Amino acid sequence: MTTLPTRDIPAPRSPYKARKTGNFELNSWLFMRASGLLLVVLVFGHLFVNLMLGEGIHAIDFAFVAGKWANPFWQVWDLAMLWLAMLHGTNGLRVIIADYTTRAGSRFALKSLLYFAAFVVVALGTLVIFTFDPCVDPDSTLSVCQNR
Amino acid sequence: MWSWVAHRITGVLIFFFLLVHVIDTAMVRVSPDAYNAAVETYKNPVVGIMEVGLVAAVLFHALNGIRVVLIDFWSEGPRYQRQMTYGVIGLFVVLLVPFVWRHLSLVFGG
Repeated sequence: MTTLPTRDIPAPRSPYKARKTGNFELNSWLFMRASGLLLVVLVFGHLFVNLMLGEGIHAIDFAFVAGKWANPFWQVWDLAMLWLAMLHGTNGLRVIIADYTTRAGSRFALKSLLYFAAFVVVALGTLVIFTFDPCVDPDSTLSVCQNR
Repeated sequence: MWSWVAHRITGVLIFFFLLVHVIDTAMVRVSPDAYNAAVETYKNPVVGIMEVGLVAAVLFHALNGIRVVLIDFWSEGPRYQRQMTYGVIGLFVVLLVPFVWRHLSLVFGG
């Protein structure tokens, strides 16, 4: 019986390593549930205050927005709603695109379009909340624009 | 399975409305007239009826989303998933009817 010369077998060049993928999918799964619950409160509050109270939809105009955003409470509310809803929606569409696209090219094109649109809308919305000026019109009759 | 289909469809619908809604709200940064012209569109009776569809979509997506969270995190969730579907449908009707009543009276009543 011959014995194999095990002594002469070199050690493997590198140990086995699982591909590092991180926890992105787990984190996004968790984010969908957490942001979803917060959005239930934020969106229902938004709909109730803007559409159900007072004159409902008829009350909404420039002065209505100026009145709301004069209060930091509603600025923070709307900013949180914008970011959470856009991230929740963008991640939802990312999953839907991954589910229904069969060609890598169309998947890449649709995801690029999605991320571009999401970036533009989040940036635009954030900028609007932070740079809103209720007195852009110099002849404004809004009470916040008096005594300036 | 149909809850899952409806969740996807309502989710996509709400997402596209959100893109439009941020852009129409951004008109406040252009001028009061530009914003007032944009929101005037939403007060049109035809659009008023579409808003009922939008709120119905939001309501279903929210209630079914809570059901999904309960299935995932509540130990008894998977056992009661069917009963929770009936709960989603029941709450959907109970919350949507008063909304439609109020919103359409405002849209058509002046």
